[in-house]
This record gives sequence, C-alpha cells and structure tokens, in this order.
Amino acid sequence: MEFFFEVLIGGLLAGVMYSLVAIGFVLIYKASGVFNFAQGAMVLFAALTFVSLLERGFPFFWAFVVTLASLVVLALLIEKAVLRPLVNRPPIILFMATLGLSYMIEGLAQFLWGAQVHGLELGIADEPLEIRGMLLSQFDLFAAGTAATLVIALSLLFNKTRVGLSLRAVADDPLASLAVGIRLPRIWALVWAVAGFVGLVAGLLWGARLGVQFSLSLVVLKALPVLIIGGFSSIGGAIVGGLIIGAAEKVAEIYLGPVIGSGIENWVPYVLALLFLLVRPAGLFGERAIERV
Amino acid sequence: MSAITESVLLRLDDISLSFKGVKAITSISFAVKTGEICALIGPNGAGKSSLLNVINGVYQAQSGSVSYAGQTRRRMRPHQAAERGIARTFQNIALFKGMSVLDNVLTGRNLKRRSSWVEQMLRLGRAPREDDEQRRYAETIIEFLRIHPWRHVLVGKLSYGLQKRVELARALAAEPTLLLLDEPMAGMNAEEKTEMTQFIRDINREFGTTVVLIEHDIGVVMGLCDHVVVLDYGRKIGDGTPEQVRANPEVIAAYLGTRRSRAEAR
Amino acid sequence: MLYQEAGQLSTSYAAERRTFRLRQDRLGLWLLLGFAFIAVPLLGNDYWFSAILVPLLVLSLAGLGLNLLTGYAGQLSLGSAAFMAVGAFAAYNLQLRVPGLPLLVSFGLGGVIAALVAVLFGLPSLRIKGFYLLVATLAAQFVVEWVLTRFSWFTNDNASGVITSPPLLIAGWDFSSPRGRYLLTLAVVVGLFWLGKNLVRSELGRNWMAVRDMDTAAAVIGIRLFKAKLLAFAISGFYLGIAGSLWAFAYLGTVEPHGFDLSRSFQVLFIIIIGGLGSVLGNFLGAAFIVLFPILLANVCGFLPAGLIDSGQLENIQKMLFGALIIAFLIKEPEGLARLWQRFRQRARVWPLRY
Repeated sequence: MEFFFEVLIGGLLAGVMYSLVAIGFVLIYKASGVFNFAQGAMVLFAALTFVSLLERGFPFFWAFVVTLASLVVLALLIEKAVLRPLVNRPPIILFMATLGLSYMIEGLAQFLWGAQVHGLELGIADEPLEIRGMLLSQFDLFAAGTAATLVIALSLLFNKTRVGLSLRAVADDPLASLAVGIRLPRIWALVWAVAGFVGLVAGLLWGARLGVQFSLSLVVLKALPVLIIGGFSSIGGAIVGGLIIGAAEKVAEIYLGPVIGSGIENWVPYVLALLFLLVRPAGLFGERAIERV
Repeated sequence: MSAITESVLLRLDDISLSFKGVKAITSISFAVKTGEICALIGPNGAGKSSLLNVINGVYQAQSGSVSYAGQTRRRMRPHQAAERGIARTFQNIALFKGMSVLDNVLTGRNLKRRSSWVEQMLRLGRAPREDDEQRRYAETIIEFLRIHPWRHVLVGKLSYGLQKRVELARALAAEPTLLLLDEPMAGMNAEEKTEMTQFIRDINREFGTTVVLIEHDIGVVMGLCDHVVVLDYGRKIGDGTPEQVRANPEVIAAYLGTRRSRAEAR
Repeated sequence: MLYQEAGQLSTSYAAERRTFRLRQDRLGLWLLLGFAFIAVPLLGNDYWFSAILVPLLVLSLAGLGLNLLTGYAGQLSLGSAAFMAVGAFAAYNLQLRVPGLPLLVSFGLGGVIAALVAVLFGLPSLRIKGFYLLVATLAAQFVVEWVLTRFSWFTNDNASGVITSPPLLIAGWDFSSPRGRYLLTLAVVVGLFWLGKNLVRSELGRNWMAVRDMDTAAAVIGIRLFKAKLLAFAISGFYLGIAGSLWAFAYLGTVEPHGFDLSRSFQVLFIIIIGGLGSVLGNFLGAAFIVLFPILLANVCGFLPAGLIDSGQLENIQKMLFGALIIAFLIKEPEGLARLWQRFRQRARVWPLRY
C-alpha cells in the first residue's frame, strides 16, 4: 500500500510541474484569448539562456535577471510583431501564428546557445526523503513548494493589485477595457512577461530534472491535456488538471505499463483528456459557452 | 389577402423554456394556420428568438409540446425540423461566410439531393444532371430575390441588407412549408423595408409558404400580417388580428408603460 | 492579351461549372500534364526524381488529405502522420502476408484501413468542437506511434524495427527506378487530386464548408453533421493513408514508425497553412515550398563565405526563417500561396491592362 502512495505522490509532484507550464498558458489565454503554442519554446529559451549564462560564469542571481529581462524583451517583440497585426483574426489563425512562433524561438534558442544537452544544478540534492515509510524526492517537494508560492503570488497579483484588475478586465472584454482607458498593448506585454517568468521557473525546474535540451519544448504538448481537464481559463483548474495528469501518468506507467507495454505514458494523458472531454466538453472549471443564435 | 386555410400548421402548447434557472419563456400557447403570415412582436428580451429556436429545434423546451403538420413532438433536432419543411433566418446573419452567394443558396437545397457523394466525386450517375437541376432552382430563387448580380461574390463581402436577402434565399431554396424569419428587416432603411415586405408577401402568395416572423416595426406588421402574437417577459399577452392586438390594453401597457409609470417618468 | 476571353461564354450550367472554364486554362493544364508525364521522365535526372519530385508529390497528397479535413470541413487535426503510418504499415503487411495481392490494391486497402482508424479518432468531433479536438488527433498520433513500435507483428518481428519496402511491381512492370517511382507517384497523385477537386466542388464539399463556417446553421438547414464530419475524417484518412504508403514505398524505401512522428504531422499542417486552407492547388504549392525551401537556403548559404554559417546552424536558421515566414503569411496572406496565385492569375487575365 505504501508503494502505491509513493507512486501516487510522486505522480502528484510531477503533476505540479505540469501545472506550472499550464499556468503559463492560462495566463496568456485569459489575457489575449490566444492558446500560446510557443509557451514550450519560451520555456526552452528561458532554460537554455539561463544555463548558458551560468556556464559562462554569471552568478546565479544575474543569470536569472538577465534571462528574465530577455524574456520580457521577447514578450514585447511578440506583442508588437505578431499579436498586434493579428488582433482581429479568428482564434485558429492566432494559434497557427504561435506555432510559427514556437519554431522561431526554438531555432533562435539553439542558434544562440547550441543544441547540446546542458545539466542544470539548482543546488537541491536529489536524495530521497523518508516520510512515514515512503521515499519522496526532495527535488519534487522543492518544486511543489516553488509552484505553490508562485501560485499564491499570482493570485495576489490578480486579485489584490490594480494591475491585476486591469489584467482581469482585459481578459474579460478587451474592447471595453480600451473604452475605460486601459492601455492594451502594455497589458498584453505585461501578461506575456509574467507568462515568460512562469515559463522561466518551469524551465529551470524541468531543466534540473531532465537536463536542458530540445525535448523541453515538447512539455508544452503535455500541457494540453492538463488544460483540457482544468479548463483553459482557470489557474485553479490548471493546478488540479496538472495533478490529475501527473498522478494518472505515473500510476499508469507503474501499474499498467508492465501489463500493456512500456511507454504508455506517452499517450495516457491524451486519451484521458479525450475521455474527459466526452463527458464534460468544457473541462472541469471551464465556462460552457452558450451559443446565441 | 393570403390563402389562409382553416387548418392549423403549427401549434405550440404550454411551452416553457429556461436557461440555468432564468426563465426565458413561460407557458406560451398559440396556433398558426396554414398559409398565414404571423408576427411575433414584443419588447427586447421578451423571448421571441428563443421561441423560434424552440420551434425549429435549436433549443429544447423543458415543458410543453410543438405540433407541426399534425405531428406532435416534444424534442426535435434542427435537421429534423429542416427535413419536415421548416426553414429559418437568424437575427445575426448565419451565412457561410467562406462561400459565394450561389453556394450558400445551393446548400439550402442539400435535402433535395439524391445522388451520393461517391457519384458526385466520380461525376457519374445522377450527379451531373442533379447539379443542373439544383442550379436551375437556385437561380429561380436568386432572380426572385434579385441578388443575381452578386451570385459569385463571397458572402462576407456583401452589405448587410444583401446578406439578409441571401439568407432568405437560402431558406427559400429548401422549398419550405414553414418559414421562420428572425427580424428580417433589422437595420434596413424605409426603402429596403418596403422591398423586403413585398418579397415576403410574394413568397407567401406565390409559394404558399406559411410565415412566422419577428418584427419590431409595427407599421410593417400591421400591413403585412394576418395574425399577431405579442410577448412580454416570456409570456403571451396578446393574440389575434393586428387590429385586435392594437386595441389590447395589456399590449399598450407593455409598449408604452401604464399611466402611473408614464407619470413617474415625467 | 494572354487570355482572350471574348466569346468564351458558357451556354450551359455544366460548362460554367467546369474546373477550367477558360480555354487558356485548359490548354495550360494539358501542357502541364504533358510536361509532367512525358517531358520530365525523359529530361530529369535521378536526383530530381528521388529527392525533389517524389517527396513533393507525396507531401502535396498528404496536404490535400489534411486540407479536406481541416481546410474544408474545419476539423483541426495534428494526427496526419499517424494516419499516414497506418496506411503504410497496412499496405506493407498486406503485401507481405497476402500472397499475390496487387500492389495498388494493397495501397487502396491500406487507405481504407487508415480511413477507419481516422473515423475512430474522429468520433469525438461529434461532441467536441474547435480547439479541444486537437487532443483527439494528438491522442491518435501518440497511440498509433506506440502501437506500431510496441507490437512487433507490424514490423514483421524485425530486430531493428526498420523494414525495407517491397519492390514496386505493378502488372509486371517494375517501377523501382527513380523514374519509375516518379511516374507511379505522379499517376496516383494526379488521379486522387482530380477526385479531390470534384469532391470539394460537390454537395459534400459545400456541406463541409458549411460545417466549418457555422455548424449550428448547417444543422438548421438539414445537413447531417454526424455524416459530414465522419466522412471528412474517413476520406482524409484514406488520402493520408495512400500518401503514407507512397512515402514509405516510393520515397524512403523503408517503413518505420518514427518517420511518421509528430513533427511530420506539423509538417503537413504547415503545408496547408502556407499553401492555403480550403484550396486544392495550395497543397501542391505548399509542398513545393516545404521541399524546396531548405534546398534553396542551403544553396544560398553555399554562396556565402565559407565558415560564416556552419551546417549545424543552417538547420536553426531554417527553423527561424520558417517560423517567421509562417507568421508573415498569416499576417499578410492568410489564404496562403493559393491566393497569391489567384491574384497573379487575375492580373494575367487582364494583362497588359492593370485591372
């Protein structure tokens, strides 16, 4: 029984990491209505930049700051060159633009820093902690803690600050926000910068876990089932969705894997999300759109 | 006026509809005779569009039944309504923006097709002849509504008034027995309204189509319709000929307010 | 002046409906076909056949398959490569295990099986709309890839998991040479494009576009959404299955699951975005772009001083330019190369006048 809990908790903790990536999506979706496929590429870019700066002798703090700054610059460029020209187009066009964007950013990241795998040391030993007879990864616990802090910080930002109010207004109705004087481009840039920050944190955590390499951008694909279960526009949903997917993936890998075959964690999240959608087409927390004809 | 027979084509019995607890329609019943032009009027938000949606199966009523051409159904899917000869237009034009006028009108004829997609793909069998037949009928409608100069233009590029006419053409292309029009004259100027009124009258006379329309312009309603049903806050408050409804005190109160509220407003 | 249209008025609906209504267009088409079927095999060299023309043709077929589903019927899909894989592996296994089965029949049956798999993963489209549908086709992509690697029956228990495709023998003729592969591919692709063109101009094509543009209205006018969507998945799957078979048999010469991975799906999606959603010609233009762009880029870099850009970076530069081009296309001409071609043709029709 303990083994099951160990697996479960291991899965939940992994799920927290998924949630982090998903939160980046939710932020951008809430504010610009765009499913930012480039989020994964941004995570990769962030991690790669950070690691490369570290390798060139930058101290941790400065590497972090410079990376964050470059992400902000990236966000501003994206807003100006991609979002603004496409502002009135149907969502599928925007989605495809972010596809193109992800290609660009991936190419740029590897152009600048090379395509090798980099190890990333965050200073947390990956020794297992023993709690109540279960072995838990210290690193995973640290990641969970970081994610929780981030979520609390974001909730405070959204709900308690004036900027947060503007962000929520833009998410609700961009045209109306314009009418009350909210500077839309600034808000978009801010949201993308925040999403970039979340992406940076996610990138660092994932990078420390997997090594910083190209496949990091594929993490974005795992975020899709997370968002489907949790809804595209809810941070709470992203967390719950991430936990569910992480746990389900782990449990399936350990318990079903030996029976069916290895590698099923590649498709379990998607099939799970699919089944979920058939039951609840709008996700757990998503809004059910009532079509007015 | 029009060829109204005594038989009832459409009957609504005690229809109630609510959305997540908000009641849109409460216990509405009325009947529409074959061949008549019936108007649904009432202030905004009275539930008129929702009622049309119930009639053609886009919304499912929580209680009550709809009886059409003798058959009573509680639940009906939209394509079933189409198969039974009900066609409609929408308040916010529901045209297929990626296709031309002709193609939009042709889609209206999809139920009249007999050839399978395989035959059409290989251009064999019934397909080519049917293509000609459908095109011929679509052209009669297009010329009837005078939109032929734009037949190959992408619908999205047309003006609002023309789009409304294309939507009407698409509905007509299905050779419907019952035509539901949701504010067919919204956004039109006086001249366009006269034209549209004439079209609707011609459709009723020449094709014998029964028409139920939602309309705000009382002048149009009085001149065009045989039968008027008045809604307010989801309830029926008037039902009769235009003259009867015009004199109905409840209707006057709904539109103009009662004496007390008029006094308060001053 | 090129187009003397005077006197070319249609006197029947059938004449007006013709795909190439103007005599000049028809002439152009016959010239092109003649060139492709007769001149190219005589003039071309092996490199052009194997490395450029065959993949271009196969990818344009794949693009058409995806375009039918996504561009015309509006059902977003990232599972194209999975359906291609199903077609390829089905055709391979049929050729292997059913003695005496003609190659083209194997291809066809492979397409049918791919169609069935596509319908299976397309069933969710009846409940789920738009974006969320991506997850169904993504699931298809990963599940199919996993199934083909996990169960070695598909690869005939081959140790390396990579199998060479059987020789291309049709009715006693050997099409295995580069020229032969080209002709075989050309014939299949031209035939399927003709059918596809008829399809999109038919009732089904219109129904698809209606579902794409506004499905509630489509239901209201009597279109069966169920039938339209599932047919879209099926026919798209069939086209993709055939493309997969051709890709494995006529282009690569090997059949392996990882050649049909997610990046292949993306590649096909890019083809239809750049080529033009909802277009038949666009698939061809998009595929040409995808195949020729890297070659062009490599050649341009070859002209630059040696060492300025090393080959590793070439791939990254290609990626960046690619992404930038997609964005540029979406901003400037969301209807893709097909629209650009249309505009060019419009100018040609009135040349030397301006409009």
